[in-house]
Amino acid sequence: MDHLVEIRNLKKHFGNLEVLNDIQFSINKGDVITVIGSSGSGKSTLLRCINLLEIPDAGEILIHGNDILKGDIDVNKHRARVGMVFQSFNLFNNMNVLKNCMAGQMTVLKRSKEESRARAVELLKRVGMENFMGASPAQLSGGQRQRVAIARALCMDPEILLFDEPTSALDPEMVGGVLAVMKELANTGLTMIVVTHEMGFARDVSSRVVFMDKGIILEEGAPQEFFSNPKHERTREFLARFIN
Amino acid sequence: MIASAITIVGKYWPMFWAGIQTTLLISLTGTVAGLVIGLFVGSARSVASKIEARESVFHKTVKRIVFIISSIYIEFFRGTPMMVQAVFLYYGLKPVFNWDPIPAGICIISINTGAYMAEILRSGLQSVDIGQTEAARSIGMTSAQTMLHVILPQGIKNAFPAIGNEFVVNIKDSSVLNAISVTELFFQSNKIAGSIFKYTDTFLVTALIYLVLTFTTTRILRAIEVKMDRPPSSYPTSQTVPEARVKQKPQNKISYVVNRVIGRCQDGSLG
Repeated sequence: MDHLVEIRNLKKHFGNLEVLNDIQFSINKGDVITVIGSSGSGKSTLLRCINLLEIPDAGEILIHGNDILKGDIDVNKHRARVGMVFQSFNLFNNMNVLKNCMAGQMTVLKRSKEESRARAVELLKRVGMENFMGASPAQLSGGQRQRVAIARALCMDPEILLFDEPTSALDPEMVGGVLAVMKELANTGLTMIVVTHEMGFARDVSSRVVFMDKGIILEEGAPQEFFSNPKHERTREFLARFIN
Repeated sequence: MIASAITIVGKYWPMFWAGIQTTLLISLTGTVAGLVIGLFVGSARSVASKIEARESVFHKTVKRIVFIISSIYIEFFRGTPMMVQAVFLYYGLKPVFNWDPIPAGICIISINTGAYMAEILRSGLQSVDIGQTEAARSIGMTSAQTMLHVILPQGIKNAFPAIGNEFVVNIKDSSVLNAISVTELFFQSNKIAGSIFKYTDTFLVTALIYLVLTFTTTRILRAIEVKMDRPPSSYPTSQTVPEARVKQKPQNKISYVVNRVIGRCQDGSLG
């Protein structure tokens, strides 16, 4: 039962809209899960529930067997262990690239300035952004910003990294670079949950594909099986739009 | 009248100068102290106005109390004239502090400015994109750390024009402190005018001095604003900006207008 994350009976609604309806699934260490589905199917909300940016109405989210929805856990400590990469990057506009990667380490993890700096430089090198350490976010292209955002999340040494449509705000030429970074991370054994419309990534990189529709998980499985032999009509319909 | 005004300047310059110094002292310290008060009250209000479902009853109660007290403070000091506040507090607290007009005036203008600054900063903080907060919270920062490291620096920058404007307002509005005998520029002018019975001529000089003070201040603030303004953030997303171009000078406002007008003349849309 040693799941890293286990989600049970998760429910969330906004007003009358049921966004998540009885979601269950589990993630093991080293899994790369892609969550696909049309807009409004609850993918992003599911992700945001895992790091508590949204508070679910009911259900359990167990991390190492501990329910993070119970009152006694430290929300901030939990969030530090679960990294998040946003569609709109959300780099801190008042800091340059290097400071973006250092701020969390110093304030949350209480690392020294030197240590934070060293770690930030190391990870910026890994995403290929070491030449832009002094630049402000406004001076970077979308793809560059997203790579910095990934480095910023990695600086916290998270156990899981959540990606909320990381390439949807990028123009096509920029997507490749970001996906390459993500692919490399997946190969290092980092546990990742990726909400995406990049079917190529889902097929080639992920260990499991989850298809969501109207707040439920309609279908999930290994990518080979999922793409070659989808079980539900709705899944086929959805995939048909991506296959040329 | 102008000749007479010049004579007045020549003769009473030391008195005007003393008034100018007091006016600048009061309005500058009042603005700075007011900004500090506003920073505390504004960010406290900003945090207190967001009550999350998962917080403890204690946290929620504290937040509500902070919000109510700060609202009373802001409403009272923005909703009554500073002259009334000055007279009320100066005489009301004289038995307690036994204070002189100038320290009293500085306190009053600071508290008054603080109420305005709190609201200016709150709206400045609100204008910061929600994604900034989410990003900070997602790496585990507490709401206080998020405020201090991420939101406040951006909020202050957004609010800078309004903050500067408070200074200009204070240069002018400190004149109401003559009601508690603060020897600022208006008080001094009144004294001069009263001793020579030339109100119009004297206050022509006074008006010009105020104008010079506010005009200079506005220009200085504008220069700071231009300096603070980083290159525009709307680069096309597909364009990679090499590091060499990072330090780009923002276009001067005047040359921008001139260029636009010239451009319009050339394409015939103007005249």
